[in-house]
Amino acid sequence: MSSYTFAAPSSVDEALSVLANSSRKGERAQILAGGTDVIVQMRSFDNEPRLLVDIKQLAETNEVSIGEDEIFIGSAIASGVLNENDELKKLFPGLLESADLIGSTQIQGRASIGGNLCNSSPAGDTIPALIVNSAVCVIANSDGNREVPVEDFVTGVGQNCMSSEEFLIGLKMPRPPARTGDAYLRFIPRTEMDIAVAGAGVSVSFDDGGTCTKARVSIGAVAPTALLVPEAADALIGTRVDDSDLRAAEAACSAAASPITDKRGTIEYRRKVVGVLCRRAGAIARDRALG
Amino acid sequence: MKKVHVSTTVNGQQEEALCEVHQSLLDLLRDELGLTGTKEGCGTGDCGACTVLLDGRLVCSCLVLGVEAEGKEVTTIEGIAEPDRLHVVQQKFLEHAALQCGICTPGFIVAAKALLDQNPDPDETTIRYWLAGNLCRCTGYDKIVRAVQDAAQELAQSS
Repeated sequence: MSSYTFAAPSSVDEALSVLANSSRKGERAQILAGGTDVIVQMRSFDNEPRLLVDIKQLAETNEVSIGEDEIFIGSAIASGVLNENDELKKLFPGLLESADLIGSTQIQGRASIGGNLCNSSPAGDTIPALIVNSAVCVIANSDGNREVPVEDFVTGVGQNCMSSEEFLIGLKMPRPPARTGDAYLRFIPRTEMDIAVAGAGVSVSFDDGGTCTKARVSIGAVAPTALLVPEAADALIGTRVDDSDLRAAEAACSAAASPITDKRGTIEYRRKVVGVLCRRAGAIARDRALG
Repeated sequence: MKKVHVSTTVNGQQEEALCEVHQSLLDLLRDELGLTGTKEGCGTGDCGACTVLLDGRLVCSCLVLGVEAEGKEVTTIEGIAEPDRLHVVQQKFLEHAALQCGICTPGFIVAAKALLDQNPDPDETTIRYWLAGNLCRCTGYDKIVRAVQDAAQELAQSS
């Protein structure tokens, strides 16, 4: 195997200078968090030499803070650790379920939401769940941090907007207002450990009278990147999110999808299923918001 | 190729090793420290044969770099038995014939013990989902699940 080198910086500044130094020398550097994608890839199709930069020693990437207005989740926290946080589970049940869908107990001991996002797969389960919760990426950069909404972060299959001198510190989300619920559902041909054929996330907020005031809908595995579907959200806003409203959102999701045919499903099948998932996730999100 | 010095605690014992960056924790355990109880199955985190505890959390050691073990505590199958007898989970695997070829067994035992340490009374569904990352091509899983259930019962009685 080719020659790899390793750095485990202990501060954000140190990590940035390691990345800048590598870039200056024309060497490839790659961020390592839980490694459940990176290490698999370096043992198969992508084994060229590089510097692996472990960001798990940084205080910031391990931080969870639950503020009055804002919640921050560090990029390197293992999903198994996140799922033990009852307060987060109450605030974002759909997001935590999306992380809990990925991999076995062992994988969840390492895999992170930040890594799922940075791997930038079209089928990354946490990505639609982050998008519906209006999550924003906090990206470390030598000019100070910059922030990018999750729906703008992934730019193509396996590609995102970060340069080789930047890395993801974490994700911040506004605290959901009262009477808000989220949900994420995906379809796989079995009950555990598979890659989504299609996925849909929904977040809905209601006023005192039970009318939906705000909605976000996002679909995954049916386009090169997860998509925010404003047409589906518009079908829910101003309604009571009953069955006919959810069917309108379903139709909007099927229309917005531009899937491919591969071994996991055909174009027609994915279009149909992603709509159904939106309808069902919408009902769960509604019940959570009003429950 | 440049080697990195790694200082780590394995089954309570301080260990030092030299390790290349691409080597996994599994390679470090087996090839550098001679702890061959942990098995390699798929090498891609799908089968769970290489399951160990890293700072108390279940991981596939094939998907951890050896250099990441610096300053960490690792528990392998060699650290499960009591000094003079098998751990209850190991004993129950024998009694229920919950193994045939045995390659998956160390991973199953480390994972099952971790489950019982945090949930002494898991139902069958919980056991099956918890162990979903451990694959066995011999037993059909039923005997494994029964061994874990029996171990849970015995631990409940003895405590």
